[in-house]
Amino acid sequence: MFGPEQGHFALALACVLALVQFAVPLWGANRRDARLVGLAPYLAVSQLIALGYSFLCLIMCAVSDDFSVQNVAANSAVSKPLLYKITGVWGNHEGSVLLWTLILAVCGGAVSLFGRNLPDILRGRVLAILGGVSAGFQMFCLLTSDPFDRVFPAPMDGQGMNPLLQDPGLAFHPPILYTGYVGFAVPFAFAVAALIEGRVDAAWGRWVRPWAVAAWCFLTCGIALGSWWSYYVLGWGGYWFWDPVENASLIPWLTGTALVHSAIVVEKREGLKIWTVLLAIATFSFSLSGTFLVRSGILNSVHAFANDPARGVFILALLAIVIGGSLALFAWRAPSLTSTGLFSPISREGSLVLNNILLCSICAVVVTGTMYPPFMQLLAGRTISVGKPFFDAATIPLTLPLLLAMGVGTALPWKRAQLARTFSHLYAAAGIAAIGLVLCFWKLSGVLPIACGALAIWVIAASASDVLRRIGIGHTSAQGVWERMKHLPRSSWGAALAHIGAGITVLGLCGMSQAQHAIVEVHIGETRSLAGDDWTLLDVHDYIGPNYKAMQADIAIRHNGKLVTILHPEKRDFTTQSQTTTEVAIHTNFITDLYGVVGDRHGTGKDTTYVLRLHRNPLAPWMWLGGLVMAIGGAFSLSDRRMRIGAPKRAAARNMARA
Amino acid sequence: MNATRRGILTAVPIIGAGVLGVGFWRMLSDMRSGAFDPRAIKNPNVGKPIPSFAMPGLPGLGDGFTDAELRAQHRPVLVNFFASWCIPCVAEMPGLRAISRNMPIWGIAYEDKPENAAGFVQRDGSPYARVASDRHGRVAIDWGVTGVPESFLVAPGGRIIWHGSAALDPQIYEAEIRPRLAGL
Repeated sequence: MFGPEQGHFALALACVLALVQFAVPLWGANRRDARLVGLAPYLAVSQLIALGYSFLCLIMCAVSDDFSVQNVAANSAVSKPLLYKITGVWGNHEGSVLLWTLILAVCGGAVSLFGRNLPDILRGRVLAILGGVSAGFQMFCLLTSDPFDRVFPAPMDGQGMNPLLQDPGLAFHPPILYTGYVGFAVPFAFAVAALIEGRVDAAWGRWVRPWAVAAWCFLTCGIALGSWWSYYVLGWGGYWFWDPVENASLIPWLTGTALVHSAIVVEKREGLKIWTVLLAIATFSFSLSGTFLVRSGILNSVHAFANDPARGVFILALLAIVIGGSLALFAWRAPSLTSTGLFSPISREGSLVLNNILLCSICAVVVTGTMYPPFMQLLAGRTISVGKPFFDAATIPLTLPLLLAMGVGTALPWKRAQLARTFSHLYAAAGIAAIGLVLCFWKLSGVLPIACGALAIWVIAASASDVLRRIGIGHTSAQGVWERMKHLPRSSWGAALAHIGAGITVLGLCGMSQAQHAIVEVHIGETRSLAGDDWTLLDVHDYIGPNYKAMQADIAIRHNGKLVTILHPEKRDFTTQSQTTTEVAIHTNFITDLYGVVGDRHGTGKDTTYVLRLHRNPLAPWMWLGGLVMAIGGAFSLSDRRMRIGAPKRAAARNMARA
Repeated sequence: MNATRRGILTAVPIIGAGVLGVGFWRMLSDMRSGAFDPRAIKNPNVGKPIPSFAMPGLPGLGDGFTDAELRAQHRPVLVNFFASWCIPCVAEMPGLRAISRNMPIWGIAYEDKPENAAGFVQRDGSPYARVASDRHGRVAIDWGVTGVPESFLVAPGGRIIWHGSAALDPQIYEAEIRPRLAGL
């Protein structure tokens, strides 16, 4: 019922359905044949069902320990806990490609179900584009990365999973991150459909924005989760390494953030149309290139996937069709999209343009830094590495004006603003930021952390004061405030929350720039001090886990003689894979993380010493907390009725009925 | 903005993507033929004479060596940079011992306390014909070493003919080093 052959068949069926989903509605839209176009949603849902079944089959293979399936044999083992047998399905190349296409199919299904109020032709074309992309990647899955491949003779036990991946945080990281990546396929499909149609208007902006915001929320969460994972699993005390794989997720996030903002201008002012269409294409193109180029082995990354240049060629051909095709269409059709609005630089739309310029400049820096080493090696034959110093030096100066503008932007009205009046709204926030600057001078060292910290406080204060002003705090009675609170659009709450989240993340980054650490070699009972805390190694003991052997240390941390906590970092030896992992122990009070790692054991008997790494990371949790707040802000603005497609139509229908 | 300018601007993205695409395609095809390896570290000194140096030995492991001594060898020598603090170097040791049955290996302890390096070399039997200490990593800079372990194949007369930036094992020896010895 759920065997690998059924799964394989379902995958092939889904691929055929996706091809039909691509061809029929496009053809129908060209002939203006409503029946052919109307097939698109049914095809998309059937494709989703077939693919879902296929994915379920792969999960069943893993759960039932069917080691005759190559993918299960290579990545699973009898002794692996059930949760990781399930999540391990997408922890490897083949399974993750299947998950990727499944999420794309879910997007198609969502457009079919929630997009009922879209014009039929537009919906048909959007679904056709999604079907085309789906078909391509399902073919990739079938032809080069078949997860259902059998192996003969079947081994008695599998080779097990990379123990680093055996972690609840990482188990759910790929689905969330992929939903973010793949979610941008919907704005992409809208952009391509608009180019085919030759029309972009305010309604298009209103339709495309919720999909972009939803994908953006998932991508934000995915990046935050990935960064958190590398913080507490890799045990290096770092959270972002400017590694190609990390950059591959940051690049679409930057253009996606720009897209979320520029689509507002399309919706409200019918401006930035060509630019928004380009951003929609670029964001998905970056998502695609990012997820797939890291698998071809071109980018030298610590997050190694099994590299296979043959796969890379297939992927590149696929990317050439999807990205090249859409950009060619853009070059051909975009010049006919004319914008109507005239912009004044000092206005909401002006500030959104600035936001786009800065975000895209940061994106250009990250793209350059990521692509420079392989291209340098290709062209000049020289190996160079571009690391943290370059990225920090190039991105932080661009972030400072971005933060400054974030505070002002939401306070500006559309069309034409009076600077004096706008500034009068921002006095309070500027005052708080000034206090923040003093606080930063006191607590932080270094010009850039101080500037970033003060600007982050400015963003938080300005966003909060903007909402307070809109609901009339200090101007109206409590009753009035309540009324205004109810009527303030959710998207305004969402924007304020998202901006506050960004401020919190930046504050966390500033705090982490002041992190302190020490590597010490101690006997049991010895005490070392780090930044005012005394760390004592109390004891070290060994124990045996389900599929590993572990060495656990007890480290007591005292502040001024008072016990703060006892940390239990571990070092685990996974016997099947002969790999060791470190289990970091973290104590957090949401202001400071105390972070301990136990390393090697040296010597024997009374002379036994242990290497410990001790970190004190101020404001570390704020980095991920801020990401979460940003995503909640996005979700909040998604719940705005204006964002829901068709809400105006329904309201009109209600009014008609009343009249 | 007039129509021509608009047309040119909207064509910029596809041109950029095309350039990147051609680059990626070249990289992939070179990777398949082995001409392009993104993980390899290219050393600019390959094909050039060895730099001049003089290094002391490690305690209990004889004297160090100089560039003149290395240049005066009549057989090719494999020069291996290692350190006791480097995990891949530990993993490399059995492979080095296997290779040392075929050709002499001269070791250079990189940024390592001499007593630690000496203990490390002697722990399971030294693969090195001679060992020297590059206590502060000065010599390594001249050789263009980016990390440890790294190895160089030095031809008689003192010319570097091959460089490897991974832990050595007999497979690498068979595939990369032995064919080059035949040509000498």
